[in-house]
Amino acid sequence: MDASDESATGQPREEKGSSPSRPPKEPGAECGGGAEIAPDTDRRRFLQKLTLSLSGFMGALVAIPWVGFVLSPVLRDTPTAWRAVGTVEDFPVQSTVKVTYFDAEAHPWAGFAAETAAWLRRESEEDFVAFSTYCSHVGCPVRWEEGARLFMCPCHGGAFYEDGSVAAGPPPQPLAQYPVRVRDGTVEIQAVGVTAQRG
Amino acid sequence: MRTLEKLGRWLYDRSRLAPLVRKLLTHGVPAEVARSRKGWFYVFGQALVFLFLLQVVTGSGLAMAYVPAPAFAWDSLRYMNEEMFLGAFLRAVHFVGASAMVLLAFVHMTRVFLTGSFKFPRELNWISGALLLFLVLAMAFTGQLLRWDQDGVWTVMVAAQFVGRAPFVGEQLMQILLGGETLGGATLTRFFTLHVVIFPLLIAGIMVFHVYLVFQNGISEPPRAGRPVDKATYRDEYRELVEEGGARHWPDAAWRELVFVAATLLVVFGLAWMIGPQGPGPAPDPTALEADPRPDWYFRWYYALIWLKPQALDELVLVWFPLAVGVALLALPILFGEGERAPSRRPWAVLLVAMTVLGWGTLTGFGLRPHWVPLFETTAPSEEALEGAPAAAREGAQIFFERGCQYCHQVQGLGGIYGPDLTMVTRRMSPEEVAVRTVIGVRNMPAYYGVLTADEMDRLVAYLRWAAGEER
Repeated sequence: MDASDESATGQPREEKGSSPSRPPKEPGAECGGGAEIAPDTDRRRFLQKLTLSLSGFMGALVAIPWVGFVLSPVLRDTPTAWRAVGTVEDFPVQSTVKVTYFDAEAHPWAGFAAETAAWLRRESEEDFVAFSTYCSHVGCPVRWEEGARLFMCPCHGGAFYEDGSVAAGPPPQPLAQYPVRVRDGTVEIQAVGVTAQRG
Repeated sequence: MRTLEKLGRWLYDRSRLAPLVRKLLTHGVPAEVARSRKGWFYVFGQALVFLFLLQVVTGSGLAMAYVPAPAFAWDSLRYMNEEMFLGAFLRAVHFVGASAMVLLAFVHMTRVFLTGSFKFPRELNWISGALLLFLVLAMAFTGQLLRWDQDGVWTVMVAAQFVGRAPFVGEQLMQILLGGETLGGATLTRFFTLHVVIFPLLIAGIMVFHVYLVFQNGISEPPRAGRPVDKATYRDEYRELVEEGGARHWPDAAWRELVFVAATLLVVFGLAWMIGPQGPGPAPDPTALEADPRPDWYFRWYYALIWLKPQALDELVLVWFPLAVGVALLALPILFGEGERAPSRRPWAVLLVAMTVLGWGTLTGFGLRPHWVPLFETTAPSEEALEGAPAAAREGAQIFFERGCQYCHQVQGLGGIYGPDLTMVTRRMSPEEVAVRTVIGVRNMPAYYGVLTADEMDRLVAYLRWAAGEER
């Protein structure tokens, strides 16, 4: 705000300096000319400062709630929740299947967008691993290809082994994993959101 | 009639328009711009102003029917396409208009760059123009994802992953962009507001400033070799040039602009009529993973770039390259504000434009027909194709298809083209070599260790040998 005010008045001043032969104008006719009139100097300076600082103050006052509102996703605590995705018997050992569950924060108007998918792999009798469906390259959806035992990405040809490690293509790191637990025979995935996957 | 005339006069008088109108109507331009064919290089900016207005008009229509809620946005677009009078056409015009705007923004910038018009005293013309370019691209990007089909939804995810790579504040940017932790109820409304309120307001404001500067600094004269810009004398020289030429913007130069604008409008409407609305594609569903997201044509070059770059340069290409281009664009007139303007005296500038156009064209070509994606829709070889093949080769063909080899490798014209064509591979390598490569993997080839049994491997080799004509 202040900077633009300065540049706006800076322009005519520069021109004035370049043509000193210009005839003197009536006192007070041009803006900034007030500096030449002794009695007004203090009062005008004060009023200038007052108006500018009031403007700045009002700007800040209006900006605070807006900025806070827009930044609210950053400022609040990250919501998480455990979501049941099936019973232990649903998943044969050594299988990799897609499971879907609701986000930790599922707004009613979100519809399908409130849901997330993950690739759940049962490694052994006890151990489950849940992989993110987002390719670690730029986030395209990886699909599990049972025959090849690979996760494949349709965007840039990235591929991951069944343990999530990079098999081919441009991905820089393994597929992200979600926390999984088994409680009373139910498999649960922690819905943590995409930002938490970035480690 | 007399009443109307009186009303007009009253409005003209009371709004004190006379001095402004007089200034606009008598605004001088270099004679060459008005009276030679070179004037046709000075019409793109006007077309961009017009296209922006066209986007505002069509967009404000679309916004009346668009429901920016994740659950319903896609359906509201379908409704516009299928039920609303001229809905499909309005959507088509908005899309083609956006494409034209992206295209002409680059054409306009290239012209200004080549004629050195960004130099003193027009540095701010260029800088505000660069900001407008960023905003136009931001509009194209947000517009694409408001389509809220599978491409749109995954575009959001890709955008989120992308900003997530930004140094230091990646995670926070991601949360701000998504409106939370995941693509959810707060995401679409954010992009809608950006696309419909915030970006257009910024564009309108900066565009007014940009046009004001064009008016204040004057339209740059076509450059002459050997007449470099000197800050001490340029303004006086320019004023003399315009006064001597005696050409005015209205209508000496304006008619060309209007002819070009009319032609642009006709092309946009014609194309919109011919190709119809863009999408929406398949219904969005973040849990449907059989998606195949692709950006619209104006970002295909980047889509190709992030595949082509060496893996070690990931961060460089994804994050620092766009940032560096942006900073370079903004700093250009400050760094090269004086000196020769003529392209014939600026070989590096011409070379830069040529390389950029060439690179952009090549990358867009790659991006439009990506060879690096697995061919998921490939089918098993038909009976006819396998005619006369021994049993082992037939089983091998089935394995080749089922185990995903065929996604990336062709045999006898069937399959993807990411990896090498394997029709003749057994002529190049021994069966052992084929087996070792398959099991261990190569640079961009996954290791099939533990996936293929020795027996399956034998049959695979049998198929490849048969395909190469070694066992007929």
